[in-house]
Amino acid sequence: MNIPENLLYTKDHEWVKIEGDRATIGITDFAQHSLGDITFIDLPKPGAKVEQSKWCATVESVKAASDVYAPLSGEVLEANTELTDHPELINKSAYDTGWFALIKIADLGEKSRLMNSVQYKEYVQGLSK
Amino acid sequence: MQLIFEKSRPGREGFKLPEIDIPIASDMPAKYCREQPASLPEVSELDVVRHFSNLSRLNFSVDTNFYPLGSCTMKYNPKFTEKVASLEGFSDLHPLLPQLLGGGMLAQGSLEVLYNIEKLLSEITGMSAFTTQPLAGAHGELTGVMLIAAYHKHNGEQRKHVIIPDSAHGTNPASAAIAGYKVVVIPTDKDGFLDLQAYKKALNQETAAVMLTCPDTLGLFNPKIKEIADLAHGVGALMYYDGANLNAILGKCRPGDIGFDVMHINLHKTFATPHGGGGPGAGPVGVCEKLVDFLPISRVIRRADGTFALDYRKHKSIGYIAPFYGNFGVILKAYAYILSLGKSGLVEASENAVLSANYCLERLKNYYAPAYGKSCMHECVLSAEKQLEQGVHALDIAKYLIDRGFHPPTIYFPMIVKEAMMVEPTETESKETLDAFIEAMIEAAVLAQTNPEVLHQAPLSMPIKRLDETKAAREPNLRWQSK
Amino acid sequence: MNYIPHTELEKKEMLKSIGVSGVDELFKHIPKELRPRSFNIPEGKSEFEVIEYLKLLSRKNATNLTNFVGGGFYDHYIPAAVDALAGRSEFYTAYTPYQPECSQGWLQAIYEYQTVICELTGLDVSNASLYDGGTALYEAAMMAVRLTGRKKIIVDSGVNLIYRTMLYAYTSNLSIEFIETPVVHGQACREDIYKHLDDQTAAVIVQNPNFFGAVDDFSDIVQQVHKYGALAIASVYPVSLGMLKPPAEMGMDIATGEGQSLGIPLSFGGPYLGFIAVKKEHMRQLPGRIVGATVDKDDKRGFVLTLQAREQHIRRERATSNICSNEALCALRALIYTSLLGKAGFQKLAKLNYQKAEFAKSALDKVSGVKVKRSAPTFNEFTVCLPKNADEVVCRMINKGFACGFPLGRFYKGLDNYLLVTVTEKRTKEEILQFANSLEAALCS
Repeated sequence: MNIPENLLYTKDHEWVKIEGDRATIGITDFAQHSLGDITFIDLPKPGAKVEQSKWCATVESVKAASDVYAPLSGEVLEANTELTDHPELINKSAYDTGWFALIKIADLGEKSRLMNSVQYKEYVQGLSK
Repeated sequence: MQLIFEKSRPGREGFKLPEIDIPIASDMPAKYCREQPASLPEVSELDVVRHFSNLSRLNFSVDTNFYPLGSCTMKYNPKFTEKVASLEGFSDLHPLLPQLLGGGMLAQGSLEVLYNIEKLLSEITGMSAFTTQPLAGAHGELTGVMLIAAYHKHNGEQRKHVIIPDSAHGTNPASAAIAGYKVVVIPTDKDGFLDLQAYKKALNQETAAVMLTCPDTLGLFNPKIKEIADLAHGVGALMYYDGANLNAILGKCRPGDIGFDVMHINLHKTFATPHGGGGPGAGPVGVCEKLVDFLPISRVIRRADGTFALDYRKHKSIGYIAPFYGNFGVILKAYAYILSLGKSGLVEASENAVLSANYCLERLKNYYAPAYGKSCMHECVLSAEKQLEQGVHALDIAKYLIDRGFHPPTIYFPMIVKEAMMVEPTETESKETLDAFIEAMIEAAVLAQTNPEVLHQAPLSMPIKRLDETKAAREPNLRWQSK
Repeated sequence: MNYIPHTELEKKEMLKSIGVSGVDELFKHIPKELRPRSFNIPEGKSEFEVIEYLKLLSRKNATNLTNFVGGGFYDHYIPAAVDALAGRSEFYTAYTPYQPECSQGWLQAIYEYQTVICELTGLDVSNASLYDGGTALYEAAMMAVRLTGRKKIIVDSGVNLIYRTMLYAYTSNLSIEFIETPVVHGQACREDIYKHLDDQTAAVIVQNPNFFGAVDDFSDIVQQVHKYGALAIASVYPVSLGMLKPPAEMGMDIATGEGQSLGIPLSFGGPYLGFIAVKKEHMRQLPGRIVGATVDKDDKRGFVLTLQAREQHIRRERATSNICSNEALCALRALIYTSLLGKAGFQKLAKLNYQKAEFAKSALDKVSGVKVKRSAPTFNEFTVCLPKNADEVVCRMINKGFACGFPLGRFYKGLDNYLLVTVTEKRTKEEILQFANSLEAALCS
């Protein structure tokens, strides 16, 4: 299970990479693996406001549709439109080319509700027990 | 197999229309006309006949294979009902004819059918009245929820949510949501029943309705159903009965007597009308006394002189939910079926459906884990959890059954059961058919232990092998296009 | 007759294997107090008796009248091969093709049906069918609401009243605002539509030909609709598409319609066939089943239900629609019908309908006191103004053996003297002339 150290995580298996007042978000390797082959993604539009723990995207596989929640609140600056035609990038590269959106962080204090890689690893291990 | 479009040859024709024997008028002005004709196939009548005859042979069907698709009630569809629906006096009747002459005098036969079946369905279910208009089960659910909304609105109440168990058919929450309600999902307890604690907690003055299937999708009859209904009524909520599984309880108990206020019936399940590859179905909706005035327009009534008429008065009606009187052709087949079975036949249908399902459960329970309990009603839910340890999924078992000539059970539903396989044998299948199916299921369980690869490769006997569904969803190819 | 094969001996064996003494024990979970208060159903009859009884009832229907009634539901000839092929029980006793390997017949047929609907409408994507033309229009309206996030819909009153009332019934709890715009000189009133069109409008809904039979080219309306980011929706009569400009050529986003005229009997209102087709960019919001082509392990073409994550069995309360089934058997009939008619035959059929209706117009024009409305071209249906109340004339014509048309006063205020007359390819020259003669006589008496 790939869990990069430089990212923060949610219990719903989203990751976030914070750089200054900007954050790149996506879903974790664990999430893409349990969803199976992803066939479609509904991304937030640039300009949209997202709220921590509220809906920000939906990913579809052949037999499931799963909501993805924003790890932090903010305004969407950019969405990874490459995923629209190539949703398989999420499966292939969840932390890199499979990123979902770039957001302008509204409240960096929300960071305290996220897990670091060690905590997330423990959390995931706990789930499979 | 080639597509009908790929069999097309320019200039070939499959049907002769009458010649124009009248003076020719000027053409439609060009600005209203299409530039290119639609590229329909150019084929002969025999091309068409052979194409569709051969296509039909690529299907498993009740008439060719055992089809224990749980929750869908794939029982035998008696042939004579097809004959009835094609009687010209019924099939050629234009639905607007009742509008032409004083309240339906041109359609007395069809109105009598509708009137009679509404009465029969009311008696079978213990409801006060029925409308035959809903065009399918899910359409009936939507109609039912709309009736519930109209009732609360009439009473000046703004109720906000509908309570639905997590084991429910997906149509239940979808119907409630598109009618404008929030859905509150209640978990299932360890015995397979609605979690009463969670239910009581969720139930309040904002609950518009509780939607239940009984017996439920696990094939279980909840002995506390009356208590659940009473609790709902206690806060002013209405009880909705999803009649998908009514075929289990004919003459054994009636939703109306339990206290359900609204229900639908899937005529294509309980009353044996053909499923037609996915439709048409029919989903008549029954209501208790206090909801009768809200039923859709129009209502069939019987006049004092014994003739039948359509009542277009609004009362408190929710309005038009179908263009006319429902899927009349389907309703007619169900009516013929009910007349043919009669009281004893209907009771026997339920008894034998339950007998056959329990027989399957009993003989398979040592090979596959029953989802809940030791007995069931008209269907049993088994789990391939044990087989999963060998890497064998319910899907693999399903595909193996295809190679053995059986349509697989419903798989992965209810969603709350891991690797679910839902077997509904129905009353019309013989014991030797059930035994053969059971043997095939047991063989699959043995293969899961000894040679799981065989299951992973199945099916091998069909014209195609397992299909790439991911490709289908990622690169949608939804129509043929000429090269 | 109960169609149960179990012998008494077999039942005993099965009960023994289950470990219960009798069938009653299998129902022990149903508490005594919940047993039926009554179950007063007549005892069963033989097949012969039921058929004879229903034959008797069928004869009480007036199907012997020469039919000039349409109103969205049409008396077209159905080739014998349609009944023969759709009557194959390998089709009609199968169910939704959940298991593609043993359902390729159905899946391929639906894929072919989807292609036919795309060809007729000119649009990119069709689903596997919906219940009827009215629910199809409702689904289209809801698609527009979801796609635009807006809640105002403009509906031309030339749209079948039955469909308009269905739209209003379904959305009565959803705070969607409908604005009806008038029909002027038989066609949709542009001025009124534009007056209401704004950036809060989700969609404009029109019908071609409209309920009065008038044909239109809505291209100008569509252009305006798109300027405001709204969607254009047309409900269309499929047989007319053998001649008329298809929705896609007008720029429509969504086309819907009633497919009954494509080889499906009138059958007193159902089962019918709702079709819906959309531009590719709206595909993900399409309701209902959709079949797609893919390949198997050996790269061989096959068909599956696809884009299922939109649907209720997966997305439950967040699904695009609650629809679970489709009208597969009716869609199959439409596919067989259009395959038989074929490219040339379908155009001929449209022409025949148009020409016969034009002939009927000229015949009725000669009846004294009758005025055929000619403000807009029509396809196979047109409006006539009678010198008397249309209801009364209709009654008299019934006595002469004609269902002479639909009295428009039933649906529209102030149109009590108007009759909507439909002429399909089934009406012969003699029937049309007799119709005119009888009308003359009916108006005199």
